[in-house]
Amino acid sequence: MTGDGAKTGLRLSGVRYGYAGGQGPVLDGIDLEIQPGQVVGVVGANESGKSTLCLVAAGIAPGTIGGRLEGTVRIDDINSSHAKPYELSQRCGILFQNPTTQLSGIAPNVWEEVAFGPRNLSLPLGEVIERVEEALDALGIGALRERDPQRLSGGQSQLVALAAVIALRPRYLVLDEPTSQLDPEGTRLVGDALVRTAQRTGSGILVVEHKTDLLARLTTEVLVLDHGRIALRGPSHDVLADESLERHGVSPPSDVRLRRALTAAGVPIPDLAV
Amino acid sequence: MAPPKLGDRALLPDRAPAPQSLPDFVGRPAQGRYRGLNPTTKLVIAFSTALIAFGVRGWTGALVALAVVVASATYGRIGRAMLPYALATIPLVISILLVNTFLYPGASDPIAHVGPLSPSWSGLTAAVQGTLRVVAFAMSVALFALTTTTNDLVSDLERRGLGRRPSFVLSAAIGTVPRMIDRAKEITEAQRARGLDTEGRVWRRIRGLVPLAGPLVIGALTEVEEKTMALEARGFTAPGRRTVLRAMPDSPTQRALRWLLTVGTLLVLAASISGALGWLP
Repeated sequence: MTGDGAKTGLRLSGVRYGYAGGQGPVLDGIDLEIQPGQVVGVVGANESGKSTLCLVAAGIAPGTIGGRLEGTVRIDDINSSHAKPYELSQRCGILFQNPTTQLSGIAPNVWEEVAFGPRNLSLPLGEVIERVEEALDALGIGALRERDPQRLSGGQSQLVALAAVIALRPRYLVLDEPTSQLDPEGTRLVGDALVRTAQRTGSGILVVEHKTDLLARLTTEVLVLDHGRIALRGPSHDVLADESLERHGVSPPSDVRLRRALTAAGVPIPDLAV
Repeated sequence: MAPPKLGDRALLPDRAPAPQSLPDFVGRPAQGRYRGLNPTTKLVIAFSTALIAFGVRGWTGALVALAVVVASATYGRIGRAMLPYALATIPLVISILLVNTFLYPGASDPIAHVGPLSPSWSGLTAAVQGTLRVVAFAMSVALFALTTTTNDLVSDLERRGLGRRPSFVLSAAIGTVPRMIDRAKEITEAQRARGLDTEGRVWRRIRGLVPLAGPLVIGALTEVEEKTMALEARGFTAPGRRTVLRAMPDSPTQRALRWLLTVGTLLVLAASISGALGWLP
């Protein structure tokens, strides 16, 4: 681990990353900064590098899976290239697309599933209990605590996986399409949980999502990835209403599409914010 | 301003203090006469009976092992639950009886002559002994499996110093079987929905296995990489011993019993191998 003053934030500077054995970089020239309490969204077409960005931001790539990284990824005062995975896990948590692989698969109930991470850190039992209870409480899933993690719905599994990450108390959360497998109700559940998490834990959140309606609700800033590069970035309402969004393979939020349809039809509309 | 310390409660404001005791259902040890024993005690009993059954020649080893298992099952009142395990050995028992009785090498004490075959008394004796061994082994496994959850066993072994990797591998290996069965069912249903005939004659079922095996194996392999990343992200490689949630019940009597069984079994096996138990029936 290398110290670098007390500067806060999850910061990617000039990041260029390619997988081991892959042809060319998947990410190129990425500069990004997230402060605690800030929620930043990432959109882009398939193969634009969104999931890779998540792995790099959380230190999984190249730390765990290898590959070639140029530039720097700093999580507060440490350079992720020089930190061990378990050290990073306490600073930057990551939620993968598929909750079933994220769950340990060995816990008999949700409570012990959420306790898996804190127990790995050899924390005192009292602190394990405190963290689990707080994580379940923060996401409003205390009622699931006795349930078998293997017998949950997709939305419930995703919330349990998120609780398991929150229980590590990272200052930053990286979420890779947390609602990709969810129906509208599941998406609403996870969306509400993320809002609560950001408000209650003050974590900085980087969330990759195809569902721009959800991003419009959650984020303050959005960036658009295209072929591994940042094509657009700025305040959410500006980026998500940008005329070029669809050229990058991203569908605008429903209110933006409705506004455009009404404008095209010559229907006068009031000036509504995105 | 200095950044808040990791894990600082300031990161989680407006919160009522969390309870400091484990919920009742977490790490709750099994209840009951035999079930309530320490998991490691039950593991030692299972290993000892299985080793004695196969390690001591003649009638003695098999009968002693069977007697221990039957007595334990009776004490634990789980005799009826063990019946399916006993029945599962029937195909193996039949083959042992037939092969040994009719094809015992060097037998010179025929019971009768059935065409070219001559069942022998010595073959029948070996067959019955073999049957008792197999049944004793199956029953000792059943006794353990029916009275001990994986979670209890792993918790207890972790408390005794088993590393986090072996613990995880043990838990995951046992848990993999039901998960793979569930996955196979899902894939079979998906293939059937696309018109694949997975029922009917044996040949059709065998052909149906090919499109099942691909997704099952590839899916499992793909999961391994994601699982590895997820484990890393959850601090699995951190140094030190994992926090133990709740100690399993134990007692000086059980500790003594474990040592007695372990040392006794090793001594008996050594004696059996050296031929010192040749006087036993």
